[in-house]
Amino acid sequence: MTLTLFLFYLAAGIALLSTVLALTRANAAHALIFLIVSLLAIAVLFFFLGAPFAAALEIVIYAGAIMVLFVFVVMMLNLSEGSREQERAMLDFSNWWLPGLLTAVLLVELLYVLTAIESETSVRAVMPKEVGLSLFGPYVLGVELASMLLLAGLVGAYHLGHRFLQRDRGRRD
Amino acid sequence: MGAEMVPVEHVLVLAGLLFVIGLFGLMLRRNIIFMLMALEVMLNSAALAFIAAGARWGQADGQVIFMFILAIAAAEVSVGLGLVLQMRRQLQSLDMNDAVRLRG
Repeated sequence: MTLTLFLFYLAAGIALLSTVLALTRANAAHALIFLIVSLLAIAVLFFFLGAPFAAALEIVIYAGAIMVLFVFVVMMLNLSEGSREQERAMLDFSNWWLPGLLTAVLLVELLYVLTAIESETSVRAVMPKEVGLSLFGPYVLGVELASMLLLAGLVGAYHLGHRFLQRDRGRRD
Repeated sequence: MGAEMVPVEHVLVLAGLLFVIGLFGLMLRRNIIFMLMALEVMLNSAALAFIAAGARWGQADGQVIFMFILAIAAAEVSVGLGLVLQMRRQLQSLDMNDAVRLRG
């Protein structure tokens, strides 16, 4: 096994382990840190797949912006010990066996489908220049739609957060 | 960069595993913050599959779709977290079971 392959499987293992840990924590702040580790491991996988620009975006936007937004909200809500106890109670076996069974069936089906594809290891690196040419060539309509979606998200987030702040101010007076 | 030796089908298996873990988390948790995190995991696993497919055929389309997924995730999280704040303000709870009536 070459070093590249070893590092690849190491990053894949870290991504899986930290994702499982993130979604089974009772404390939201701990879960967020595990999720950030998982995103960084996936960024490493992007590098191995020959997509350095996507890896950089994964770190800058996913781990850097989206997860920091989560961290801000968790800090703002200041979750109490009582909610943590409630979360621990939710993680009881009686709660997770049914979703576990359903997703296990789904996973087996997915893996069965994936056995049909033949093994392929010849990966070609795609550099940012090609991505940019494609993004602003055939996909320019998609870029416009994405910008409108982001604008709608901005307006929606402002609307919801604005009311939150206003109500907070009213209560303090 | 050793981009020539990575087996693509193992990346697809990993993406499937991550997606199933995210779906499991979404069904297991009732806390709205954890449900949003599970949605992020699922979106991210789909992005991983797109990058793997783009690398397999040496085309830029995979990374283009990755960027669209990034934009969707950002818009979804900003509105979702705004809703989390509103829910906390109006119901004093983050439990989805408290929000089933749609009217606080």
